Amino acid sequence: MFEIKNLKASLADEDKQILKGMTLRIGAGEVHAIMGPNGSGKSTMSYVASGKNGYVVDEGEVLLDGANLLDMEPDERAAAGLFLAFQYPVEIPGVGNMTFLRTAVNSQRKMRGEEELNAAQFLKIVREKAKSLKIDADMLKRPVNVGFSGGEKKRNEILQMAMLEPKMCILDETDSGLDVDAMKLVAEGVNALRNGERSFLVITHYQRLLDHIKPDVVHIMADGKIIKSGGPELALEVENNGYADLLNEVA
Amino acid sequence: MGEAKFDNPTEALLARHSAPRKGSDWAEASRHAARERTLGMGAAGRRDEYWRYTNPTTLNAFEAPDVEILQLEEVPVFDGVEKLLITFVDGVYAPDQSDDLSGEGLEISMLEDALSADIHWAADVFGVFETNGQSPVNRPFAALNTALAGQGVVIRATGKVSKPVALRYCREKTTSDAVIHHVIRVESGADLSILENGAGASRLNTVMEVDVADGGSFHHLRAQGRDHARLATTAIFARLGAESHFKSFTLTVNGVLTRNEVVLDIIGDDTKASVAGACLGDGDFSHDDTIFITHDAVNCESRQVFKKVLKNGATGVFQGKILVKPDAQKTDGYQISQGLLLDDDSNFLAKPELEIYADDVACSHGSTCGAVDENSLFYLMSRGVPRAQAQNMMIIAFLDEAIQEIESEELAEDIRSRLLGWTERHKG
Repeated sequence: MFEIKNLKASLADEDKQILKGMTLRIGAGEVHAIMGPNGSGKSTMSYVASGKNGYVVDEGEVLLDGANLLDMEPDERAAAGLFLAFQYPVEIPGVGNMTFLRTAVNSQRKMRGEEELNAAQFLKIVREKAKSLKIDADMLKRPVNVGFSGGEKKRNEILQMAMLEPKMCILDETDSGLDVDAMKLVAEGVNALRNGERSFLVITHYQRLLDHIKPDVVHIMADGKIIKSGGPELALEVENNGYADLLNEVA
Repeated sequence: MGEAKFDNPTEALLARHSAPRKGSDWAEASRHAARERTLGMGAAGRRDEYWRYTNPTTLNAFEAPDVEILQLEEVPVFDGVEKLLITFVDGVYAPDQSDDLSGEGLEISMLEDALSADIHWAADVFGVFETNGQSPVNRPFAALNTALAGQGVVIRATGKVSKPVALRYCREKTTSDAVIHHVIRVESGADLSILENGAGASRLNTVMEVDVADGGSFHHLRAQGRDHARLATTAIFARLGAESHFKSFTLTVNGVLTRNEVVLDIIGDDTKASVAGACLGDGDFSHDDTIFITHDAVNCESRQVFKKVLKNGATGVFQGKILVKPDAQKTDGYQISQGLLLDDDSNFLAKPELEIYADDVACSHGSTCGAVDENSLFYLMSRGVPRAQAQNMMIIAFLDEAIQEIESEELAEDIRSRLLGWTERHKG
């Protein structure tokens, strides 16, 4: 179970609060979506939850199975089961994708007191999972995200997710910059990972992605908090009418 | 003992080393000229343009420093490689720790023996390349080396040499001054690899003069030992003929002061040269790469790739020059020097210089200095990699462009494993 409780957070460099009391609760195996106008704090929420520098938590908690993630370093949050698929995956020249993946997987296993995977075991699993995401061997050998197309970068995020087997996945505008086919492929990758234990929070601007990744609950976020929650029909309403009506409702 | 009894510090420099065994006339003439050269240019000083960033005081001091001998449990660099091993202990050839001096396509002798011969091909190289390399920039420690060196190897490669010649520099005394001078000729079509490994002395001065004939290939790979307080000045002077290949890579971890100079003269067309280095310094560490590449032929390519990782007040210096003479058309020169500073106390000082007289050339150069990228660090950590390990991955990644300059993938992997070792020992 993933819970955000009355989360208030500001930018570290300027005295500006972005999250103003956000509350959210996602049960095991559920898929929730967050939509909202630009600047409503969706990405900030994902960064604060995963521990990026540059934000100050003023109040609140982010709990994963009862443990407060905000007390942990980013790597500890990952080992606890949190995964953030980046809107803009970072290019890291010189670090091989495969080395990176294996280091990440084994670091997490080590932190959790599990046995590390040897090279052969790892290779077998990664090849299998890469294949289903149409990631070829060449992409695995290249430096992390360097020279990857937008679609390749996002597929690489999903591959990492598949390898790390997190309990809670936040997808930050995973559909941005993707054509229809690439989006389908990414959605298929995500759907393949859905099960009764794993939860998802899908941040998106467009209903389109939610045709492929069907959410249980849709939240509308504005000005740093959730202003309305409902079923998948809420996303359709946004698609048809925009946010104006919803914002007026709560104003 | 002190410096007071000498009229000037340069005489003190010449007096601090014992005289080498007397050689034949040409050798003694060359040494004598080097002595005069040394006196003429004087000792290196902070006011010299090329010593502004590196303080030569300890290099000039009469006494060599007292440096604890590092006992290592790890496998020495290049240990797994099949090679012809030549060992120097405190700067002196140790035949009992060396292989038989013969190999396919190779003629090897000790410097003292070569310099004793009345007629020897080395007469055209010994002190000659060094002298040529003294203009326009003085290199006083190299001149001093020619004047006083008795130790070193003289190698002539006449064909494809099946295994590299490995020069291992060991230490037994805590205080030692070693002056080693190698003379190398790679004949047309021959291919020679030289490996150098070890600190060699508490104060080491090496010179390597390399003559690569048309179509020859020369690969040089060096690891300068890990003894912390040691001092080293090295200089490579190479002349490259047409369609020849030259590659030199140096790994430096630790060492309180290192000055590595490389002077290349590209005189034949269609030649490719690469000079690269990776250094990692923590604390009392000053590392200086001073490179001078002259293009005096058509359609040649040269690369300078230097990467320095610095922490806890360590200093890295890069002075790299490309000189393209008027007729050296179609020159392709590349130069990159980068410092990765792991804290606010460390320094990276770079002076890239391009002097181009030909009009149809492509020369690119860049120099950057910065900290580990926070975005990348966060990305790695968000996948579960702990901060220290993530930073180490970034360090290795940063250095890799230099490592990629190494020709042999096997040797490159050996060097990479050393980098990993350093980052593990110097975590946090």
